[in-house]
Amino acid sequence: MLDPGATDPARIRNFCIIAHIDHGKSTLADRMLQLTGVVSEREMRDQYLDRMDIERERGITIKSQAVRMPWTVQQGEHAGESFVLNMIDTPGHVDFTYEVSRSLAACEGAILLVDAAQGIEAQTLANLYLALENDLHIIPVLNKIDLPAAQPDKYAEELAHLIGCEPSDCLRVSGKTGEGVAHLLDEIVRQVPAPVGDADAPARALIFDSVYDVYRGVVTYVRVVDGRIEARNRIRMMSTGAAHELLELGVISPEPVKAGALGVGEVGYLMTGVKDVRQSKVGDTVTIHDQPAKEPLGGYRDPKPMVYSGLYPIDGSDYPALRDALDKLKLNDAALSYEPETSAALGFGFRCGFLGLLHLEIIRERLEREFNLDLISTAPNVVYRVQMEDGTEHVVTNPSEFPSGKISTIYEPVVRATVLTPSDYVGAVMELCQARRGQLKGMDYLSPERVELRYVLPLAEIIFDFFDQLKSRTKGYASLDYEPTGQQPADLVKVDILLNGEPVDAFSAIVHKDKAYNYGVQMAQRLKTLIPRQQFEVPIQAAIGSRVIARENIRAMRKDVLAKCYGGDITRKRKLLEKQKEGKKRMKMVGRVEVPQEAFIAALATSETDTKNKKR
Amino acid sequence: MGEPVPPDGALPAAARASVGARGFGVYVHVPFCLTRCGYCDFNTYTATELGGGVSRDSYTDLVLAELALARRVLDGAVPRVATVFVGGGTPTLLATDDLARIIDGIDAAFGLEPDAEITTEANPESVDADSLRRLRNAGFTRISLGMQSAAAHVLAVLDRRHTPGRAPQAALWAREAGFAHVNLDVIYGTPGETDEDWLHTLEVVTGAGVDHVSAYALIVEEGTRLAARIRRGELPEPDDDVAADRYLLAERVLTEAGLSWYEVSNWAASQEARCRHNLLYWTGGDWWGVGPGAHSHIGGVRWWNVKHPAEYGRRLAAGRSPGQGREILTDTERRTEEVMLRLRLADGLPVTVLDPAGQAAGERAVADGLLEATAWRAGRAVLTLRGRLLADAVVRSLLP
Repeated sequence: MLDPGATDPARIRNFCIIAHIDHGKSTLADRMLQLTGVVSEREMRDQYLDRMDIERERGITIKSQAVRMPWTVQQGEHAGESFVLNMIDTPGHVDFTYEVSRSLAACEGAILLVDAAQGIEAQTLANLYLALENDLHIIPVLNKIDLPAAQPDKYAEELAHLIGCEPSDCLRVSGKTGEGVAHLLDEIVRQVPAPVGDADAPARALIFDSVYDVYRGVVTYVRVVDGRIEARNRIRMMSTGAAHELLELGVISPEPVKAGALGVGEVGYLMTGVKDVRQSKVGDTVTIHDQPAKEPLGGYRDPKPMVYSGLYPIDGSDYPALRDALDKLKLNDAALSYEPETSAALGFGFRCGFLGLLHLEIIRERLEREFNLDLISTAPNVVYRVQMEDGTEHVVTNPSEFPSGKISTIYEPVVRATVLTPSDYVGAVMELCQARRGQLKGMDYLSPERVELRYVLPLAEIIFDFFDQLKSRTKGYASLDYEPTGQQPADLVKVDILLNGEPVDAFSAIVHKDKAYNYGVQMAQRLKTLIPRQQFEVPIQAAIGSRVIARENIRAMRKDVLAKCYGGDITRKRKLLEKQKEGKKRMKMVGRVEVPQEAFIAALATSETDTKNKKR
Repeated sequence: MGEPVPPDGALPAAARASVGARGFGVYVHVPFCLTRCGYCDFNTYTATELGGGVSRDSYTDLVLAELALARRVLDGAVPRVATVFVGGGTPTLLATDDLARIIDGIDAAFGLEPDAEITTEANPESVDADSLRRLRNAGFTRISLGMQSAAAHVLAVLDRRHTPGRAPQAALWAREAGFAHVNLDVIYGTPGETDEDWLHTLEVVTGAGVDHVSAYALIVEEGTRLAARIRRGELPEPDDDVAADRYLLAERVLTEAGLSWYEVSNWAASQEARCRHNLLYWTGGDWWGVGPGAHSHIGGVRWWNVKHPAEYGRRLAAGRSPGQGREILTDTERRTEEVMLRLRLADGLPVTVLDPAGQAAGERAVADGLLEATAWRAGRAVLTLRGRLLADAVVRSLLP
């Protein structure tokens, strides 16, 4: 009676867990897997559901997954009755807001999981708002109550204030010890509404995740809204109209289990043998080819890159390997886009589009780790729309494409940002946002100690060093979330960096007019320390068009000779010379100036160190 | 590093066949010092560092044993010896009679040319008028004194034990003893040395009436006490720009005193005053290096002896070559060395040694003022004064 394809929707509860990184979502999920008996003690391993190594190492979940768990209620009105719980895991980071929203759309309820020692964080808050927008029933849960530093009463007040419930409505659990978890499962059954759909209507299922697997091709995770999908059906993707044979259909529990069908309210997976997640996109609606639904489910949108960066192999001969690696990653990442690009300074590479900084860094790290590539990435930039006085318009994803003619207006992307901070740091946060051209949109005290600040900020200001600054000005206490909210006109200029009179495309940047001077001075100074002295004096200039705004000089090297070279020194000196010649081959030539790879890497590294901090 | 040396020290036939084509010399290493100087990474040992089994008294016998081995390896087909250089360490820690036995041993093994140049290094404090006379009588024709500086505080940083006036005094005694050729070794750029200190040193050098000067920028070698003191911040790190200025000062003062450069770090009063032994190194000549850690070159084969005197002694006692490793140079390596070494000489490098790309790079170096334009047009690559300071960069640009 609870088999896939034959489960009464009234017996189904679909929920997700909204939590900040480190607030214990994976550990709580582990306990649920054990309590419901879908994973035995013997099979249990920590963070069972996090598949990729990178995820497990960083303690974050990038790809969601759905687990079907049987549960017989232990106490209360449904005691002794059996239900099917579908736990839909959600990605936990700002770059994946859209994926989160689709996961939420597959649920009727959400557990708002908050660390009882830390309280709610901005990202959790943002996802909570998303859940509320999706009309999800929220169950507030305080986790880690076993910790000595836990302050469940204090944070229960805060949560109650946020979602408008009583502090006593907040459940208290410990994912680590398992305390309170069974009660939480009972409460999910009691509180979360059962899914509602039309079993007789043409089938409509929402794709909330799509994962490429080398052995099985693309595995698509769906929530059936109306009708029924059967294993022998031919299915159709409503956004493209493409039809596919179903090879397999089933549920995850937590390993894949084949099934004959999926009915209203059920969550499961489909396999069609397609090799590219672009053919099975998150947010799209699956229907039956022969009896298609008329209208797709709402809310679909194409993933749109927000941040661009050039990726170049340090060893130019790795270019084909980089292309192959990107082709492979693309199979599993509908949001990754790239096209070949040539830089005078860095050689052949790819201009890649990402959902955000974390996305960029995950891709970069996977390229380096899984494909053994050494890469240089250029400073990330956003997408600008440039209107010319003659009425033409350019979309600029690379500063070197910035048009040189008469410009009428430049538009830059802006985001709606939420900052949660202890109230002591409100001034510091406002100062930072002000300096980053932010417009204050609202401010709320969540409690006497904690404040929510809402700003509209240029995305370009956020991808440059913002998070780092926020953390350092608030002793690490503030948290940040943001989502794109359109474009605004801005007074921007392109700053070029010239080495010995030659512009270095990799260092060009589009910055606000008021900050151009600072950027120019900083970059010139940094390069001065990074580029070794040459046989001639090398001027480093920062310029807007033909106007030089900053200048540094690398003094000419005056001595490059070993004092002694007698009989015993000859072999050693020849080896040294051979080594220096090898080193010279790894230099990039900018005109006559030899620039070591390391200088490019270091000069372009600043924003990257920020993302590194971000994941901690 | 390198390949092993055969136990009997045998050389490839091709190397033996060409020996002496560009001159033949003998280097004798004397690995003893009374104390170790803070900047020195040479293969030398104080009595306490030496351990058992080797002594200064028995060392001469080891040298003679290696000379006998050299003669066996070269199988009698040896040109006469044009130059001998006894270096160290501190050669004058050996008794003059022992140094005389070594010269006689070389003569017996290979035959010394009648006008052979026979040099020994000496520390100023280890010689006096009498010992210098005896060295001259033993057959030495040239003496090289490790003066380093005329500033007491610089000598102190270098751990040198002589007083500032001792080196010019020793040079005077040497000339009185009949040495036609006397060299003073000086070092610039020592931490704490000022421009004035260096100028004063140069004036003392030129006032000493010697016909040869070697002036080196201080090199802070890894693993020396000096390197450790700099790392700990006790002494400032030598600065390349300062070294460049001091080099220019040396060039000016020495030239005005009638000494001209003939190698990047060497100046001589005349053609005859140039050190023929060192020129052998720089022009692809052959030499046998005797002693622990000594390097040799015969016909495109470079090898080096084991470093520790005790192991060196054990091998020779067992009738085996003390060679630790060797490399047989490829044609490319030989050409690299030729460019690397000859470009440092005032006589320069024949342009024809360079490949077309190297010649194009040479043209650019002329345009950049690093190579002499007139010499280049006459078919030789000769460094300008600025080029001398950037010699390694020029070498890199000339080679493929």
